[in-house]
Amino acid sequence: MDYFIELFLSGLTRGSIYALIALGYTMVYGIIGLINFAHGEIYMIGAFTSFIVATTLSIYGFPLAAIVVVAGVAAAIWSSAYGYTVEQIAYKPLRHAPRLAPLISAIGMSILLQNYVLLAQTSDFLPFPKLIPEFAFMEPVAHVIGSSDLVILITTAMIMLALTLLIKFTRIGKAMRATAQDRTMALLVGINVDRVISATFILGSALAAIGGLLIASHIGQINFAIGFIAGIKAFTAAVLGGIGSIPGAVLGSLVLGLTESFATGYVSSDYEDVFAFSLLVLILIFKPSGLLGKADTKKV
Amino acid sequence: MMNKRMNKPILNVSGLTIDFGGIRALDHLDFDVQVTEIVALIGPNGAGKTTLFNCLTGIYRPTDGEILLACPKTGQQTRLNGLKPNKITERGMARTFQNIRLFSRMTVLENVMIGRHCRTHSLILGAIFRNRKTREEEQETIHKSYEILEKVGLAGQVNELAGNLSYGAQRRLEIGRALATEPFLLLLDEPAAGMNPQETAVLVALIRQIRDEGHAILLIEHDMKLVMTLSDRVVVMDYGKKIAQGTPDQIRGNRDVIKAYLGEDVG
Amino acid sequence: MITAKELTPINKKIICKALKRSLLISLWFVFLTFPIMVIKVNPIERTVSWRWGNIAYVAIGSFVISLLAKAWLVRKERAAAAKTAACPTRASIFHNILQRPGCRYPLAALLLGVALAFPHLFSTYQANIMTTALMYIVLGLGLNIVVGVAGLLDLGYVAFYAIGAYSYALLNLHFHLGFWAALPIGGLLAALFGVLLGFPVLRLRGDYLAIVTLGFGEIIRLILENWNAFSKGPSGISNIPRPGFFGLEMSLDQAMIYMYYLMIGLVLLAIFVVNRLQHSRLGRAWLALREDEIACQAMGIDKTRIKLTAFALGAFWAGLIGVIFAAKTTFVNPASFTFMESAIILAIVVLGGMGSIIGVICGALILILLPEYLRALSEYRMLAFGAILVAMMIFKPEGLIAGVRRTYCFQGRKSTAALQDDE
Repeated sequence: MDYFIELFLSGLTRGSIYALIALGYTMVYGIIGLINFAHGEIYMIGAFTSFIVATTLSIYGFPLAAIVVVAGVAAAIWSSAYGYTVEQIAYKPLRHAPRLAPLISAIGMSILLQNYVLLAQTSDFLPFPKLIPEFAFMEPVAHVIGSSDLVILITTAMIMLALTLLIKFTRIGKAMRATAQDRTMALLVGINVDRVISATFILGSALAAIGGLLIASHIGQINFAIGFIAGIKAFTAAVLGGIGSIPGAVLGSLVLGLTESFATGYVSSDYEDVFAFSLLVLILIFKPSGLLGKADTKKV
Repeated sequence: MMNKRMNKPILNVSGLTIDFGGIRALDHLDFDVQVTEIVALIGPNGAGKTTLFNCLTGIYRPTDGEILLACPKTGQQTRLNGLKPNKITERGMARTFQNIRLFSRMTVLENVMIGRHCRTHSLILGAIFRNRKTREEEQETIHKSYEILEKVGLAGQVNELAGNLSYGAQRRLEIGRALATEPFLLLLDEPAAGMNPQETAVLVALIRQIRDEGHAILLIEHDMKLVMTLSDRVVVMDYGKKIAQGTPDQIRGNRDVIKAYLGEDVG
Repeated sequence: MITAKELTPINKKIICKALKRSLLISLWFVFLTFPIMVIKVNPIERTVSWRWGNIAYVAIGSFVISLLAKAWLVRKERAAAAKTAACPTRASIFHNILQRPGCRYPLAALLLGVALAFPHLFSTYQANIMTTALMYIVLGLGLNIVVGVAGLLDLGYVAFYAIGAYSYALLNLHFHLGFWAALPIGGLLAALFGVLLGFPVLRLRGDYLAIVTLGFGEIIRLILENWNAFSKGPSGISNIPRPGFFGLEMSLDQAMIYMYYLMIGLVLLAIFVVNRLQHSRLGRAWLALREDEIACQAMGIDKTRIKLTAFALGAFWAGLIGVIFAAKTTFVNPASFTFMESAIILAIVVLGGMGSIIGVICGALILILLPEYLRALSEYRMLAFGAILVAMMIFKPEGLIAGVRRTYCFQGRKSTAALQDDE
């Protein structure tokens, strides 16, 4: 039973991380209908920035609390900056181009960013400093859930709540929903669509950066290539939930996290990634609208 | 001028209904098209005219009802429900699109040659070895396509990219492309939209000529002058239903039609 | 980009504005790249190195690039404004040269002559590099059918390459099948997989298709990596024999040169076949599919069928080259078949020009040979490939050498169409 609970909780942890990344995919897709292939790299850059900042601060002897806050903020700022820049360079000029053009450009961006980090930093796996301490009060349940799992779950839940409020009640949130429904109409009622799109990229990137920080600290190591597989999995989660739908992305992520956790725990860990890819292929083929998405009717 | 043989419908639509998530876009529609007849489909915006075209050509799948197509030569009748668009075109019904859908980065001639696809047969090996049969077929395709371009008045622009043509020429090219599939029934979705009076006049002459060569034509059009001068029969739709049907003269005086166009309080 | 002559009429104000803009962009990039370019930590020895010099590179680089980009866009806009009405199909210089029959055949003969003499003029090492480039030409031509002509973005193309390579490796391992028997089998197996992959993805929209094919590619690689009993896992299969020549014993050098000639033959075959396919009934249908799927179907084309043929015919070449690859390196393992390989082949097609055979050839030669000869650049190879994909989409989506449509002449009422092959 303990093993089951352990797998369940680690699945939830996994799922919440996927959710942080999947939200970026789903929001961008909802608004401009583009698969932001470079989103996984934004997450990787978030993880790298927090690694660089945290390690530097710890070498200079700052206290842990300060390190956590500064690394988190820095990761969010720089990831957002990268997300914004990628949008401006690779997608904005192609807004009226044929559908495949921005996708090819996105793939190019992904390769570019990966190799940029590889060349500017290193290809080795780097040990990530432990930012989340082992809490004493977690001692009795430590065999099923670690402290960092707990922190990840709580942080993710809080972020989801904040995001929901932001989208429901703020001006920019409303503008985002309007743009997602009908871009031309939003433009006509005076919404600055370009700004909404940029804001979406910035928000999505910041979420991915927090995800990057949390998972890097959880797993304890990072590398320039972590974005690719994490990106694909988060995209799988977003599609599973119904791409374009925010609750769908969270649901899809949790489902994917749990299935992966149980599959590797009870079946075999060799085919962990094959499993995610197969799931992706199957959903796209049999139910491309996902669990909570709407089917789109083609206009002729 | 036209040896009309009424009471021989080549298209027979009965009880055609389609729902989109609770909204009934077409509601038990009945009508037919006879051999070498020009039927106009009119109605206010959103009446479901283009939806009807999409149902007929297999792009949408109707919820209920029946679409029967009968070849005038063989008299063979086929039920079109559930057939793929390409199969329907093969059966002898071709269409144009309201928002022009040409293959814009292909030449004018190539666009028409695409229409010949379903009437030709060469495959991979034929393409690679270019045997005599393939070469002859290719020559035939080129010549037939060129003849069609002469008919629609684009023979001077065969090598132009379709996307570079003027608006009126693009509409005519779409007609030519549809003709290349050798249909006996041609569906035209707002063929005169966006044309100036001269271009419209050329178009009217072209449609007449096509009919005189033995094709039946079903067209959606908002230009009432064109509809009234050209069509043998008019079908009026509103909110997915047929509200009237008859000769242009009958339609002109129909109260329901005037109401549908101008609102309740007038008439 | 802009010559002095063109500069004079441009308002001074515009230049000032552009400079200011570039300055801001360059400042932004200094900020953006700061943590990753400047700070480098060593978490083991716990040291931090501050590489301030990199700031200068970033600042200057982004300043110059943004200016060039701006200049390009301004020029493009002006060119577009100048030719709005007139200019119809504009053929490139390459095409103008090639269209002239007087130029065409001597040029082709010259190229062929150089290609045939190559191994004798240069070292075996050079011939070996050229063989690799030739392999990528064929891969590019194959992917070009799927992506460039039929407009189906296939991100898992490398899977077919892997299938070709492993089918030779495994058939040889278990049944001692020779190269010449394995070559068609590898191609046909890959084509078969192309159809198998094609079936489920037929209904998918363009971008979903791209992701699903990417997924397929990765699944094939991961299976090869993990299914030890079948594929010997990550360690791969070695001692794959090179192609034989009527049982003749060959030295390593001779084998390399033999391989080179084999590839020349295969490239010629691929060019011939792909060219004929492109200008056939099937090729036109592919183009129509790329241009407008709905109209294509409404014109009576069975899109299921032509999509499957595109997948199969594209995969076939990858399978052939897979067998060649296994024979050339005498060793295969899953690491050779990552997504990056698909991305490289895609970059070749995109750079050269989607749908253009000459374009793909040039693309492959540039992208494969340049990093080989400029060793200093080879480190930046993948970075450049990524940048190329982005830049081409923004600045020149039609590629370096765009495909030109075939033209026909009609003299009078009844005339034969004078055919001019564009490639």
